[in-house]
Amino acid sequence: MPITEVDVEKVAQLAHMEITPDELKIFAPQMADIVAYVEQLNALDTADVQPSLGGLTPEGETTDSAREDTTAPSLGQKTALAEAPDAASGHFRVPKVL
Amino acid sequence: MTNWETIIGLEIHAQLSTESKIFCGCSTHFGDEPNANTCPVCLGLPGALPVLNRRVIELGARAALALGLQINNRSIFARKNYFYPDLPKGYQISQFDQPFSANGELEIMTAERDDAGHPLEWRPKKITITRLHLEEDAGKNVHEGLPDIDRYSYIDLNRAGTPLAEIVTEPDFRTSWEAYDYVNHVRRALQWVGASEADMEKGNLRCEANVSVRRRGAEKFGTKVELKNLNSVRFMHRAIEFEVERQIGVLEAGGHLQQETRLWDERAAETRVMRSKEEAHDYRYFPEPDLPPLEVSDEFIANVRDGMPELPEARRKRFMEVYGLSFPDASQLTSERSLADYYEKTAAASGDPRAASNWIRTELLRELDAAGLTAQDSNVSPEALGTLVQLINDDKISGKQGKEVLHEMFKSGKTANAVVEERGLVQLSDTGEIDRIIDEVIVSNPSQLEQYRAGKEALFGFFVGQVIKASKGKANPKIVNERLKAKLSS
Repeated sequence: MPITEVDVEKVAQLAHMEITPDELKIFAPQMADIVAYVEQLNALDTADVQPSLGGLTPEGETTDSAREDTTAPSLGQKTALAEAPDAASGHFRVPKVL
Repeated sequence: MTNWETIIGLEIHAQLSTESKIFCGCSTHFGDEPNANTCPVCLGLPGALPVLNRRVIELGARAALALGLQINNRSIFARKNYFYPDLPKGYQISQFDQPFSANGELEIMTAERDDAGHPLEWRPKKITITRLHLEEDAGKNVHEGLPDIDRYSYIDLNRAGTPLAEIVTEPDFRTSWEAYDYVNHVRRALQWVGASEADMEKGNLRCEANVSVRRRGAEKFGTKVELKNLNSVRFMHRAIEFEVERQIGVLEAGGHLQQETRLWDERAAETRVMRSKEEAHDYRYFPEPDLPPLEVSDEFIANVRDGMPELPEARRKRFMEVYGLSFPDASQLTSERSLADYYEKTAAASGDPRAASNWIRTELLRELDAAGLTAQDSNVSPEALGTLVQLINDDKISGKQGKEVLHEMFKSGKTANAVVEERGLVQLSDTGEIDRIIDEVIVSNPSQLEQYRAGKEALFGFFVGQVIKASKGKANPKIVNERLKAKLSS
């Protein structure tokens, strides 16, 4: 599936990025190249291969990695907000949303 | 109105009752200082990794089984991508094409209501539940009560990462009351099995409705509108009613409906556009690479199933069959598990299940309501109430005296026998003593006696009243009746 300027525009929109018409002309062929590169994998026959979700080995996939329902110390309000670009009244503060 | 058919599908988000969040050890406790219960995982800091809370699997399984769903041996967590300030990672960990459970068929009891809100005729209805999946909640946006609120939104991430079960139905509801009864059914089931507190006012059960209308007989669904901000079952009902009217109004005026999301505004009693389809999200779901697939063995499912209590509907049916209760009575007694337990213990202790039902539904619940308590906190134990019912059935005290005794038991925590003794309430059943009172009453009312004997039988009640009064309310009415009849006609 060739990547067109329309696709790049859509992705930019979904990522909340502003993109100029000039940039669109640069990025569209670059992204098309990247996708074409990855598409080489389609040459492999993967009919009998299970998707490797979580990046684990077949043994590892069934490893029970869940934890018990016990609480652990949290950061607390002060630390949680310390690196925030804007914080006030114990909250993260952002421009007005609906 | 009758030319149109309403189509409703529901999505419920229920908070699962865990101590810690779904993917980190932060507390789920409600009402703490804003942002206090946060850590690198739920703040979405770089490099932090989620680890699934085992209790979420168990409570999710309980919820799924209580709603008749099949649990999948393997499910996959997926990232749902969107931008909003209350979602620090830029994605929500949810489930998509391989959910935790699916394919449920649930039978609910439902009834249309008259104008006063009273149910007309209860009937069973089957609802298909498409899926129940596990996911994390987002944080909370605070829009009021803080400085410069016209320019800023404030974010509290204590709720971010709280475990949720999302329960989605097919568009199976045809009236707003069906939707209403379904939500109540789900709420009770989740509370019953301990999966969720499911309290809509507290926000730990949230509901969204997809509503459309079509001409009766049409096969194609109409344009659907998603309703949000339904903060109680009553609000949901009102919002659906409003929305159906609105849609029919638009269509009958020759207009077209937009596929959109609308918010219910309770104060204005109307729905308002929140976003239209053009702005609809493209979530770009993909498998969450930081979590392995969730494997749930048949053995685990069997264990959860074995640990489940008898479900409310099964119990209601049993109450009707075994104890001979009516549908409304059995429904009321199975509205909460603690009440159903209380009832069964009382029924056993009293030896009279129907009397036990009456005493609990009328007298006990009134006392509990007035004190703001539930059955499990009752000052009167089921055994004590059972004894009271026995005393009445054995004619030791009258039903009227029983009410006083229960009131006193509730206030003081004393047993029925102790209250009866203290107040000298023992019912008079000695026939010799009752005969003596009857003789006195007859002698002091010669004219009534004459009229009665001349055929004015209605006066029988007068004599009964006089005898009971003369006994200071203690005479056993059954014996008074018997003896009076004999004496008046002799």
